[in-house]
Amino acid sequence: MTELSAHLPQFQHGQLTENFPDTHLSNANDNSERRRHDNSERRRNDNPESETNGQPQNNIQQVVEQDEEEDEELTLKYGAKHVIMLFVPVTLCMVVVVATIKSVSFYTRKDGQLIYTPFTEETETVGQRALNSILNAAIMISVIIVMTILLVVLYKYRCYKVIHGWLIISSLLLLFFFSFIYLGEVFKTYNVAMDYITVALMIWNFGVVGMICIHWKGPLRLQQAYLIMISALMALVFIKYLPEWTAWLILAVISVYDLIAVLCPKGPLRMLVETAQERNETLFPALIYSSTMIWLVNMAEEDPEAQRKSKNSTYDKQAPASQTPNEDAEADDGGFSQEWQQQRDNRIGPIESTPESRAAVQALPSNSQTSEDPEERGVKLGLGDFIFYSVLVGKASATASGDWNTTLACFVAILIGLCLTLLLLAIFKKALPALPISITFGLVFYFATDNLVQPFMDQLAFHQFYI
Amino acid sequence: MTLAVFFGCTFIAFGPAFGLFLFTIARDPLRIIILIAGAFFWLVSLLLSSLIWFIAVKASDPQDERLQKGLLIFGVMFSVLLQEAFRFLYYKLLRKAIEGLVALSEDGCSPISIQQMAYVAGVGFGLMSGAFSMINLLADALGPGTVGIHGDSQLYFLTSAFMTMVLIFLHTFWGILFFHGCEHRRWWEIAAVVIMHLTVSGSSFCNPLYVGSLVPSYLLMAAAAVWAYLLSGDLHRTCGASCSVYGVEPAPSQDPEALQDVPVPIHPYPPLSSWRQDRPSPSLQYLFPGLGDPGQPWRGRRWSAVAARPVWLRLAHSNAPLGSRKTSQFWGTRLCWPCRELSPS
Repeated sequence: MTELSAHLPQFQHGQLTENFPDTHLSNANDNSERRRHDNSERRRNDNPESETNGQPQNNIQQVVEQDEEEDEELTLKYGAKHVIMLFVPVTLCMVVVVATIKSVSFYTRKDGQLIYTPFTEETETVGQRALNSILNAAIMISVIIVMTILLVVLYKYRCYKVIHGWLIISSLLLLFFFSFIYLGEVFKTYNVAMDYITVALMIWNFGVVGMICIHWKGPLRLQQAYLIMISALMALVFIKYLPEWTAWLILAVISVYDLIAVLCPKGPLRMLVETAQERNETLFPALIYSSTMIWLVNMAEEDPEAQRKSKNSTYDKQAPASQTPNEDAEADDGGFSQEWQQQRDNRIGPIESTPESRAAVQALPSNSQTSEDPEERGVKLGLGDFIFYSVLVGKASATASGDWNTTLACFVAILIGLCLTLLLLAIFKKALPALPISITFGLVFYFATDNLVQPFMDQLAFHQFYI
Repeated sequence: MTLAVFFGCTFIAFGPAFGLFLFTIARDPLRIIILIAGAFFWLVSLLLSSLIWFIAVKASDPQDERLQKGLLIFGVMFSVLLQEAFRFLYYKLLRKAIEGLVALSEDGCSPISIQQMAYVAGVGFGLMSGAFSMINLLADALGPGTVGIHGDSQLYFLTSAFMTMVLIFLHTFWGILFFHGCEHRRWWEIAAVVIMHLTVSGSSFCNPLYVGSLVPSYLLMAAAAVWAYLLSGDLHRTCGASCSVYGVEPAPSQDPEALQDVPVPIHPYPPLSSWRQDRPSPSLQYLFPGLGDPGQPWRGRRWSAVAARPVWLRLAHSNAPLGSRKTSQFWGTRLCWPCRELSPS
């Protein structure tokens, strides 16, 4: 369901903004294969490369035409960096979830269940409970499958507006409603007196800035922070409303589903990815956590709107200045307002852009892009992955008897699973599901630590023995 | 009071380890991965040993106190042996990884050497071991309660914190010693590490008589520290004229027992992390001015003159006095171990 996606920003459309806040689905990826075709024609460097599609190789592949040996080293070198680029946000999300679970009792209180899991687990017999949880998990997974297929169908028949609307509604719900509840519960926990007007202002600002960052433009770090926050909020909702056995079963079944959906030829997510490839489009950038947003030179001429995304545009020293002018408006000055032009003149002196100079500048970036590429490559991970990792760790911290030991064990297991997934990605160079390995390790370590290690550590602590 | 105890014990137990992490490991992604993988290996060893203990306990009479304590002691010893076995497995994995890294690199050099990996693996083992021992205690220290209300020792939290700290350090040094022993096929070093570990764990059996557990542990830690430092210093001697950051000692090595595997040529200093990319190692430039001329390897009389000096004197190479910032920079690189080849690239 969630995959590490290789993102090939195709700027022909300049529409990088399909949002897909549906947390149930993982988003598809843009493929590296497409990239390989592109590489030969364009000198584009894929900047928001994701590890998953062996994107690092993309840039490399351009170089590979000339030099084969560099390939592998660069891959692995970027591999370590990309792993850390994913470790940090995953860790942050888990830390937020665990901190909330430990302090705010609302999320561990049983207040009913979602309509997706109608069967209760408060039954007399263990067998009945098991049956109920299996049924709950079956219903939940079928809902997810139906929604994924619906999404694929919508995408195939180009109903972009419907998808767009769906995504906007979901992110509105998360950013306003769920965060309002979260804020209220935090205030209750710490007994902070607060009036509605302040809360309204805070939530309004939080939500609107979040919508802008996620669906439109915004500083990269802010966008990443918002994506982490909405993943954490969604994970907290799951932790609260899913009963225990159901939650573990759903985690197991979802990782199996993720494996099937991404790797089988007829899997919905694979079809989604392939359709996107055929159309040369990017998929749902708002539902994917991306560690960098790179600016492609080719886009600069076609779409001034793309200007905002440069993280490190060293070829364009006016990057800070270019963030300010906004694209949409006047076609006369191409979006460059008077103040911007004055700023530019102040920085680099008055420059007249002639066709020759423009051609020269456009000839430049490919080289500088290649040289700075190592810095620019990014990795992508679907938000659903964040959510389910955090659900696992949050459930472990909420319900385990081993408490912090179990939480820590699950955390390390998930990180190692992520590491292995990225390693497989570097080897296989295609879209891979990020859930199965991590969730498997997480589940194994949860149950093993909770039932085996915790009594052992308990006894050791009691006698103060050290191993 | 509880907050003070919590923070105090946290900083005692994890402060030095956190410092080590921050200054030597946090900057390099590869080291962080090795750290987390080391933690994972320790966790797996703990899992297996607690499985064995659990089976033994379930198969025995739960009412018999002496038997349970005996089983616990057996569990501890078995766990120690299993930890060392997993350390050996991790060593094997890292050697394969180094070969892979070398094969994948463009100039035939691995970006990290086995000695650095040994250090990081040791820290990984230590951090996970310390975290598992200490975290639940810290969580309990925050809450309301009285320590030792039933007559037990009142120093419980404090001694646990000190014991955790010494264990983290010990794991770090044991990592270095163990990997060095494996590299050079010195089985007595490996046996020494295992025996030290068994001794430290065994000394904890006399808790709450803390003098019987803490004092030997700290003495063993000091011994292990000196030994590990000498071993890392020794590399300067044994690896002969040219040392390389990136791999095992290149041939010709003066140590006949050294593993002559991957021949790593002299290579320029590769950027370990982006923040260092544009300048060569400052510490070594302070220490060996003029040695940074491009293309000049470390062979040569300057190096052999340096290598001939005893270890304790090498610290005093620079004009800066010991403890000054320059030598502390040197320490920083020394702690990460291997000798570096200097070249302003």
